[in-house]
Amino acid sequence: MGSITRSFANNIGSSGILSASAVTNATVEDVTAFGTAPSPATLVLISTQTASSSANISFTTGLDSTYDEYIFKFINIHPATDSAHFEFNMSTDGGSNYNVTKTTTSFYAYHNESDTDTAVAYTAAQDLAQSTAFQRLIPDAGNDNDQANSGTLTIFNPSSTTYVKHFIANSNSAHQDNYSINWFIAGYGNTTSAVNAIQFKFSSGNIDDGIIKMYGVKKS
Amino acid sequence: MGAIARSAANLVTTSGVWLKGGVNNASMDNISAFPSGISGDGITLISSQTASSSASISFTSGITSTYKAYKFVFINMHPATNNAEFTFNMSTDSGSNYNVTKTTTAIDTSHSESDVSSDLSYDTGEDLAQSTGFQTIAKNISNDNDGSFSGTLQLFNPSSTTYVKHFISNTNKMETSVTANYLVAGYGNTTSAVNAVRFQMSSGNIDDGKIYMYGIK
Repeated sequence: MGSITRSFANNIGSSGILSASAVTNATVEDVTAFGTAPSPATLVLISTQTASSSANISFTTGLDSTYDEYIFKFINIHPATDSAHFEFNMSTDGGSNYNVTKTTTSFYAYHNESDTDTAVAYTAAQDLAQSTAFQRLIPDAGNDNDQANSGTLTIFNPSSTTYVKHFIANSNSAHQDNYSINWFIAGYGNTTSAVNAIQFKFSSGNIDDGIIKMYGVKKS
Repeated sequence: MGAIARSAANLVTTSGVWLKGGVNNASMDNISAFPSGISGDGITLISSQTASSSASISFTSGITSTYKAYKFVFINMHPATNNAEFTFNMSTDSGSNYNVTKTTTAIDTSHSESDVSSDLSYDTGEDLAQSTGFQTIAKNISNDNDGSFSGTLQLFNPSSTTYVKHFISNTNKMETSVTANYLVAGYGNTTSAVNAVRFQMSSGNIDDGKIYMYGIK
């Protein structure tokens, strides 16, 4: 028996099974897919959409009772039109209509680049009272080449048919007048119908660039 | 030596170890489950509890040094008593007593459905200054059939025996015809390890709702 054959034989158990040390890929670095095993992640990426001169971005699948908490992360959202408002709405009919009635709050903290203006304040111009309009998440976004806006929107239990639909958003914007603005938007969709689709868009013009990711947080 | 045996021999090193190319594992299609404790993103669901006319909900296990941060997620917490406040406290003796001394801040922003009132203010009525009382993290919650609050509470490094225990909460609630975003933060002013957390209404039971506890590595 040659030495290689003998070494190999030493890596085989009495029942004929290869020992772990007989395989060089203990880190399974070449594995590209598993069978039916569910993702070990708790924060599950459901889908990603990339804007490219897009009129809107809609998530019409994946928003259901699988998760009780959905997190949208919007990354470097860049408007085609200067001073447009980045906004969202919900749908209870799979995306045919985005018109859920909402009551919301809005406050912000801001600071300009020239260091002459700072404040924290409630912004009545950005809240909604029993309105079906789109809710602004980032008002007056700048569209300089390096200006963009990022943040998160969390929606709780959208599939409930008992309770209103609470949401909380926090984002930071590059304002058209060269301010950094931290936005705090929250409220509820005042409906007991299940929310099953969400749309993001600018109040004017396209979403020139940016990525929106939708995550579900595992509940079991 | 046959062709197959020769091919196989070429996939074995001198020490008798199969090369990566010798195993067809590009798709491990027989794997149906991962071992417990395996997390793909550093976040692990530790436990969840569902309220059903519950006087309180306590997490007395799972808060250890395993994770540096813990996140509690509240889903549609519904009080039995109208306008009750949802509160929490921490324990350093595994739940025998919930009385950690706390100093906290509270910001309240609200807006009525009728659009006649809106507000952003510091809430001196709900902050604590070296108090062992329960901390409110959602107040005046409607017990209308569709009323509730949802949100999160993050607790950082509760097992530390060196530092105070920071926490940050962000919730949204429905009061009768009013929405309110409530931001509470502070620290448990103790260097003892916090190992249990309790949630309860200021008055009456937690009629309905679910609380998830996640660990973040």
